[in-house]
Amino acid sequence: MTPDEQDLVRQRQRARARIMALLLGAFVILIFAIAITKIRQGLA
Amino acid sequence: MAMTVATPLLPPADWRDFLALTKPRVMTLVVFTGLCGMLAAPPVNGHFIHPVLGFTAILCIALGAGAAGALNQWYEADLDAKMRRTQKRPLPAGRMERESALHFGVGLAAFSVILMYFAVNFAAAAILTLSILFYVLVYTVWLKRRTPQNIVIGGAAGAFPPLIGWAAATGQVALLPLLLFALVFLWTPPHFWALALFVKTDYANAGVPMLPVVAGERVTRRQIGLYTIPMALAAVLPWPLGLSGPLYGGVASVTTLVFAALALVVATRTTTADDAMKPEKRLFSYSILYLFVVFGALVVDRWMFA
Repeated sequence: MTPDEQDLVRQRQRARARIMALLLGAFVILIFAIAITKIRQGLA
Repeated sequence: MAMTVATPLLPPADWRDFLALTKPRVMTLVVFTGLCGMLAAPPVNGHFIHPVLGFTAILCIALGAGAAGALNQWYEADLDAKMRRTQKRPLPAGRMERESALHFGVGLAAFSVILMYFAVNFAAAAILTLSILFYVLVYTVWLKRRTPQNIVIGGAAGAFPPLIGWAAATGQVALLPLLLFALVFLWTPPHFWALALFVKTDYANAGVPMLPVVAGERVTRRQIGLYTIPMALAAVLPWPLGLSGPLYGGVASVTTLVFAALALVVATRTTTADDAMKPEKRLFSYSILYLFVVFGALVVDRWMFA
């Protein structure tokens, strides 16, 4: 693999890792919101 | 001596290519009709669906549609490579391994269905599963390469979102969402055949048996006209049946009349050699706007009059 190709691979890996982190963060927030909603509905 | 053959390795696909696999533009209409199905649904025990659960249901519809799109592109990579309209997609353009698309599609499909089941309800999850399987197995794998009726039967896959939205809000299915299903189902043939008329050579080159390729233009034009009749009925019917108010009735009648007029022009004309296919392109573009307007009008009407 040439240095340019290595750079491209690293760049893509970094971008994908960043997107995955964002998605996982959003997922945690969503699950938290769903759980709170379900608990409140159960109490109502 | 054992020989190893070096296979060229692709760099990891860009995240934008994964996004492209989900067919975001198609998803817009799916999400919109799903949202309208949900917003048109009546309250259950005096309560509308909670905004968080409503958002989750729409997210699941979007992810399910994206998963179906990804699996469609995984299966049709060879066809896509032969068509100008699709050859720049990630798989035919060689920007992604096929296996990655398969894993992404299956993972996303499972995630959307499981989330829908646990966060929303069983009915919505079951219809979502049915719609994904229908699009991938019935339309993509079974019908698309075999019969010119591919988009007629396969059109059902795109008609499920209003049903899913309604089921998410109420936990069941009723007559109005079934009419919305029928509307999208019957709208699909005129919409896709109008497109197929002006990209006919693309489909012919790829060996896809679209109606204009197999049966010719005259038959296709007649079929566009014929399918518009039941579609118009399904669009207007909620009003006389008392499922919607006069606002929807008026908007649906006028916009459907315009649709029918455009379809009639396409149905009755013959192509000339230097034809730019303007009436077909007009019908195709209008058909997209039509669905947005009719579904939007239904929601406004239900909130105003129901």
